[in-house]
Amino acid sequence: MSQMTSSVESGPGNPVPDAVAVERTLAGDRDAYRVLVERHSLNVYRLAYRMAGNSHDAEEIVQEAFLRGYQKLRQFAGQANFGTWVYRIAANYAIDRIRQRKVEDARRELPTRESEDGQEVDPLAQIKDAAPSPERLAGSSQLALRMQQALNELTPAERTAIVMRHWDGCGIEEIAAVLKSSTTAAKNTVFRAVQKLRVALEPFAEGRQTARAMGME
Amino acid sequence: MEHPMEEQLIAFRDGEQKGRESVSAHLESCTECRAALEKIEAVFAAMDAMPVPDPGENYGQRVWAQISSRLPERQPSWWEAFFAPRRLAAVGAFATIVLAAFLAGRYWPHKPGPTQGDNIDTEKVRERILVVAVGDHLSKSEMFLVELSNAEPNSPHGKLVNISAQQHRAEDLLEENRLYRQTALQEGDQVMASTLDELERVLLDVANSPEQVTPARFESMQQRLASQGILFKVRVIQQGLRDRANPAKPQPAPKTQQQNISKKASQEGHRA
Repeated sequence: MSQMTSSVESGPGNPVPDAVAVERTLAGDRDAYRVLVERHSLNVYRLAYRMAGNSHDAEEIVQEAFLRGYQKLRQFAGQANFGTWVYRIAANYAIDRIRQRKVEDARRELPTRESEDGQEVDPLAQIKDAAPSPERLAGSSQLALRMQQALNELTPAERTAIVMRHWDGCGIEEIAAVLKSSTTAAKNTVFRAVQKLRVALEPFAEGRQTARAMGME
Repeated sequence: MEHPMEEQLIAFRDGEQKGRESVSAHLESCTECRAALEKIEAVFAAMDAMPVPDPGENYGQRVWAQISSRLPERQPSWWEAFFAPRRLAAVGAFATIVLAAFLAGRYWPHKPGPTQGDNIDTEKVRERILVVAVGDHLSKSEMFLVELSNAEPNSPHGKLVNISAQQHRAEDLLEENRLYRQTALQEGDQVMASTLDELERVLLDVANSPEQVTPARFESMQQRLASQGILFKVRVIQQGLRDRANPAKPQPAPKTQQQNISKKASQEGHRA
């Protein structure tokens, strides 16, 4: 989350620190919130896109995160960097939204099934067999597509954990706070996410290795 | 060393320090584990290769345009709009006075030192101004609390009660209250700070409530006010300030005063 600055230019030569913008907003200056929205939108969007996997949902997550941030601003009370705070709101909302989306998709397309150990099986995971062959995954755009598929197959908690850990460099404590779990559980969630992604990308990795061995790359 | 578990390899890739040396040593001699680590590395490389579409240069402005109309909006009447800058200016003036007095190293006269002549006169003037400023704030707070405590839920059909007017007043009082509470804390005036802290919670409670509340919730707010005895505490502090302004009258020691306030406020709350 290196891009979460607490003080940048809001206009040419007119820096407005986050803390000041928050105070002004709390004092009734609704326009002061604009500075915070314009400053942190892009960072929240990146998180939202990686969580949701599409622009439409990502934009909706961003809007909702800032709306919720505005409503809860008094609770913020300078407890952390505003960027980090609104990022967490977005992550929490994205988890809820992904869960809701999965339930809706499951109802619409495939009945929810249970595995032998009684755990809920994500219907999206059932389409694994239809995954493209290594040959079809040779291009980078297809790799991205497969990765997106693999991310969609993760549970919301796993997806949140890997997005926060890998792309945004969040600490395990921070991830645990968003997941409302212990640090050990958060760490295990990251492990599980990587393992699942590794398995999902296995055909592609093997294809790449074969291609390399054959001198095609 | 035995082959590390996949979790250990992931942790190794993630920079985990625990057991790092042994995993590293093992990797040097084990082709199988190196291949496993390479697969994990490939996952991260694939993630890095995933593009996030650029939402556009003015994305932040676009988000603002989309949400600004959905933010809860205050609808100030013409007189509110007229007086708002003056109110802010008054708060600023109070802040300046408090700061000036603070820098002078004195606020409330708990421990009058052996100063002489002009210094005493200057400090007395500052002190008097501050007493008037805080007294004015407490007086406005008292009126607010009295009105809130005695208000009838004027909902004709027993539906929602609009408390937006009370909210605006609470928001106005909050600014001054924070300032005076912090100053009292810094000066070690625990009685004043504690009462202003309680007052602040009441003001925050009102300011953060929805604009329209159910009659039951409104009554519950009134009951909380009564049980806390905040109105009584504010009045006692006001009396204390008057006593300070007039040193001829004796005043109780701080601890005793705090105990008396709590006791009487509790009795007052029970009566309400």
